[in-house]
Amino acid sequence: MSDSLSGLLTIAALITLLAVVHVPLGDHMARVFTTTRHTRLERGIYRLVGVDPDGAQTPRAYTTSVLAFSAVGIVLLLAVLMAQSLLPGSRGLSGMPWDMAVNTAVSFVTNTNWQSYAGESTLGFVAQMSGLAVQNFVSAAVGLAVAVALVRGFVQVRSGTLGSFWVDLVRGTLRILLPIALVGAVLLLTQGVVQSFSDTTVRGVTGAQQVLTGGPVASQEAIKELGTNGGGYFNANSAHPFENPTPLSNLLEIFLLLVIPVSLTRTLGTLLGNRKQGYAVLGAMTVLFGAALSLATWAEVGGHADSARAAGAAMEGKETSFGTWASALFAVATTGTSTGAVNASHDSLTPVGGGTTIVNMMLGEVSPGGVGAGIYGILVMAILTVFVAGLLVGRTPELLGKKIGRREMTFVALYVLVTPALVLVGVGTAIALSSTPDAMGNPGGHGFSEVVYAYTSAANNNGSAFGGLTVTSTFFQLTLAVAMLLGRFVPIALVLGLAGSLARQNRVPASAGTLPTHTPLFAGLLVGIVLLVTGLTYFPALALGPIAEALA
Amino acid sequence: MTLSMILSQLPTALRKLDPRHLWRNPVMFVVWVGSLVTTVSAVVDPSVFAWSVAVWLWLTVVFGNLAEAAAEGRGKAQADSLRAARTDVTARRVVSLRQAQSASGPGGVATEELETVPGTALRVGDRVVVEAGEVIPGDGDVVEGVASVDESAITGESAPVIREAGGDRSAVTGGTRVLSDRLVIEITAAPGETFLDRMIALVEGAERQKTPNEIALSILLSSLTIVFLLAVATLSPMADYAGAPQSTLVLVALLVCLIPTTIGALLSAIGIAGMDRLVQANVLATSGRAVEAAGDVSTLLLDKTGTITFGNRQARDLVTAAGIEDDELRDAARLASLADQTPEGRSIVELAIERGAGDEGAPVGAEFVEFTAETRLSGVDLPDGTSIRKGAGAAVQEWAGVELPPTVRTAVDEVSGAGGTPLVVAQRSGTSVSVLGVVHLKDVVKPGMRERFDELRAMGIRTVMITGDNPLTAATIAREAGVDDFLAEARPEDKMALIRKEQEGGRMVAMTGDGTNDAPALAAADVGVAMNSGTSAAKEAGNMVDLDSDPTKLIDVVGIGKQLLVTRGALTTFSIANDVAKYFAIIPAMFVVAYPSLDTLNVMRLATPESAILSAVVFNALVILGLVPLALRGVRSRASSASAVLRRNLLVYGVGGVVVPFAGIKLIDLVVSQLPGIR
Repeated sequence: MSDSLSGLLTIAALITLLAVVHVPLGDHMARVFTTTRHTRLERGIYRLVGVDPDGAQTPRAYTTSVLAFSAVGIVLLLAVLMAQSLLPGSRGLSGMPWDMAVNTAVSFVTNTNWQSYAGESTLGFVAQMSGLAVQNFVSAAVGLAVAVALVRGFVQVRSGTLGSFWVDLVRGTLRILLPIALVGAVLLLTQGVVQSFSDTTVRGVTGAQQVLTGGPVASQEAIKELGTNGGGYFNANSAHPFENPTPLSNLLEIFLLLVIPVSLTRTLGTLLGNRKQGYAVLGAMTVLFGAALSLATWAEVGGHADSARAAGAAMEGKETSFGTWASALFAVATTGTSTGAVNASHDSLTPVGGGTTIVNMMLGEVSPGGVGAGIYGILVMAILTVFVAGLLVGRTPELLGKKIGRREMTFVALYVLVTPALVLVGVGTAIALSSTPDAMGNPGGHGFSEVVYAYTSAANNNGSAFGGLTVTSTFFQLTLAVAMLLGRFVPIALVLGLAGSLARQNRVPASAGTLPTHTPLFAGLLVGIVLLVTGLTYFPALALGPIAEALA
Repeated sequence: MTLSMILSQLPTALRKLDPRHLWRNPVMFVVWVGSLVTTVSAVVDPSVFAWSVAVWLWLTVVFGNLAEAAAEGRGKAQADSLRAARTDVTARRVVSLRQAQSASGPGGVATEELETVPGTALRVGDRVVVEAGEVIPGDGDVVEGVASVDESAITGESAPVIREAGGDRSAVTGGTRVLSDRLVIEITAAPGETFLDRMIALVEGAERQKTPNEIALSILLSSLTIVFLLAVATLSPMADYAGAPQSTLVLVALLVCLIPTTIGALLSAIGIAGMDRLVQANVLATSGRAVEAAGDVSTLLLDKTGTITFGNRQARDLVTAAGIEDDELRDAARLASLADQTPEGRSIVELAIERGAGDEGAPVGAEFVEFTAETRLSGVDLPDGTSIRKGAGAAVQEWAGVELPPTVRTAVDEVSGAGGTPLVVAQRSGTSVSVLGVVHLKDVVKPGMRERFDELRAMGIRTVMITGDNPLTAATIAREAGVDDFLAEARPEDKMALIRKEQEGGRMVAMTGDGTNDAPALAAADVGVAMNSGTSAAKEAGNMVDLDSDPTKLIDVVGIGKQLLVTRGALTTFSIANDVAKYFAIIPAMFVVAYPSLDTLNVMRLATPESAILSAVVFNALVILGLVPLALRGVRSRASSASAVLRRNLLVYGVGGVVVPFAGIKLIDLVVSQLPGIR
């Protein structure tokens, strides 16, 4: 089978799987967040932590709960990481230095999973399982909860509450993430992903015996993708044969990282009682994803001169068992979903391919975005779109029956401001330091791209690295931690404030004078606004990195 | 508005360069600071390029001010003519009764004692006497007397109006003139807060506050400005790393080109012009908020009488009773109506003539019987002893003393069923009484109403007709006029309940009213247009006053509101879309030295880096000037569905906004690159 055929078949299989699964999963998620029934296990948890499972929280209380829960998560994870030598199963590894621990704790709680360390040589089984894996689940559940709270803001009429964060968190974890992760882990096991508490001995190509670090990898791997986390057990991440051994496991991992963000568009449509709206959002996301995939695939498969290709340039930094097609697909999927897992070195992608992954993140993680974060991100962009388009039809703007007034616009304007500010200030500061060029793996425009990638990845909570850049200095550890922390929780607080302000409103019934938001025209406009806002913000930075490289 | 008219505002525009004025507009304030910075750097390090950029940045601010000044200028002219009406008047104030008594001693005659005071000394509650030829010194209610008043100073309408104590015609406005008789007026507004004062302040834009949507848009624009500020500020170290350090001058030029100056400069002009368009239509809004709300209206409550139909019923048909000649009924109806000067009566005469009756006057000695509430009949007694009467079926039956014949009864029911008013005509000569037939009086829908309602429906606006008629009649008129719904036998509280119900459902309601009993509904409606002929309570309650007292104008008001919002959206879209081309002009210019490959991005093939940057700056300034007429005139809003309007406006202002600057910047570059020192 030719590379192109297998590549196209992989994409076709992925689309088919998603098309089949997103309807039942999307509807299931809608039920999970609307039903009034609690399971016995959930009741036990609510009693244990002292939460009234039927009480709804005000937007302020909901926000406080999210922030408090995450703050506690950071502190606990920090303790585990720094004190791992005291824990069992640490394989004799010492605790992390404080700046790396801060960076890592923030990274996993913010669903970024940026790693400034090599997993297998830094952390033992227990720290991985009790620290990182727990946050892999709950940080994704936090994203789901915030997205659902925003949708409730649109659905509810004259309501002062947004539901209960604790109930949303528990249900998201127990009823959505855990079951799918379990199935995913078993399927990965069948492909050869390891799950053990000991090292593994393998025979290398030279015939020599080699002892490789093992561990509870499959159980981590499934949620790593499903929760759009991306922090690998091994430094090589999904390019490591114990994490991602076969083309089938590769497809499964890509499916897992896309399945919840894609299905959430169905959940959105179901909760709104307007399925077409869900499809319009999915359509916009698909266009962005499709454009990125086409560009990256074109660049990786055909972007090298013949002589360079003959010398193997296209495969530099890629895993031979996956090839260029599956590497491009994985790269676009992981940057489009704020996952950050990698099966190839993005540093080695062509300028156009690497630039595409950067832009994919700069879009604000909406193609289709992280678990929950994709939906609330694109809804905020949709508000921005109706604000401009609504005026064009001669009405003050409204989305899904809710007026976009001064309060709503304040939240949206700040949301749109936060991430670019973090990226630009981060890059601007880092590049001004005389020590930064030494930390780069390459000179010139490519080195610049490495820095841009790092802050873009952190502030957008993606977590993948371009590679090349050495980020272990305290400066990078802390500034990237700040970018991750503010890039996650400032937007979340703004989204919840927005949700509260929408929930308080009455609903304006639709008429012929209302701007329809479930049409292809609107989806196209949404894509245009996302691209325009991203382009205008980042064009200078991109011009000095990937664009200058690509045109050279 | 021509260019010369705009340029005549230049002195005002220059005065507006005061930073204390500009800081309220964050986008333009940034440009102002940028102009200052570039001027300083041009002084320190002079070159043709530096001075050109500095000058054009100042022009950018000036052009923005010019737009605002031009918008305000149109209002100023109007304000001046209004101010002419507010000449210094003296008032004859009634000295209070207690004082009057003590002055004339115990048991003195209770005549009014008057003192002459300046109009500005009047306080709420004072009573003044105004006689023929005098100017009413302030807003108030007539408490005594009837007089004709010339209100042309305010309404532009030269025909005098009657103002009288009590009822719905008691409100008078300061600055209007009493033409006949004498009025005693109780002052209801303090000097400086009168209707005229409010009008002057409104048209001048002095009291203009930003509307909610304008504030929301400003927030977005500020946020974009901050993003671009960050993008440009951080570009400096990035450029240093790339080995292409950039001067402050170039960075400021880039910043000004990127921030949404077009909409930032024109935003307040659009708002002022919107209010002004309303004033042109002779409608005064108490706030810009009301104009904006007008664009959002989804339900229009329209009074049937005067708005949808001509105020009066008109004769449309004659139904003759069995055994009676058609001519007999026709002539009797005409005779009975000859003296009836009501529009209904006149229309019966016209119909009769149309049907072949003679046009001669009444026979000598004929006595006309006026309509009274008691008899509910009118008619004529002829010298030959014949009496003719017309009126409602029951009344005629009583007068005639006979049952209505079956054919007449059927005709009465049919006319009522069709929504008309049946007028039965009977004749008595000597002892013989005959019921001749029925005149079909009909409410006539104004021509063109159905089309306007269709337009409104296409725009997503529901029309509800309000009428005191019975449901049957109301339904007929509603069907004929093409309204979406009607409220029959409506009392003021029903109107109020309807407004509440619509608002509960999230709809925005607009209505007109003139009576005191309309006041609560006018206050509750999102857009309440009070008729200027109405009571001061109604005018106080509504958020707009229609000086022409034309209820149909509500539809125009909605259009003006929409136009305001569309203009704002169009220029915002255009402004942001413009940035694409500016990046393609400036970024290659800045970095082509460091990365020669970036020359590929110079798609416009601009001559030199300097000419490219200067061309973008010049385009950015000129586009403001070029769009001033559009901002003042407003984008034409069309009556079609939101999707259709969106598609069209996106094409013009979105796609156009991307394409136009590519051509514009290229053209300017062709000129600029000829400048010595730029090349």
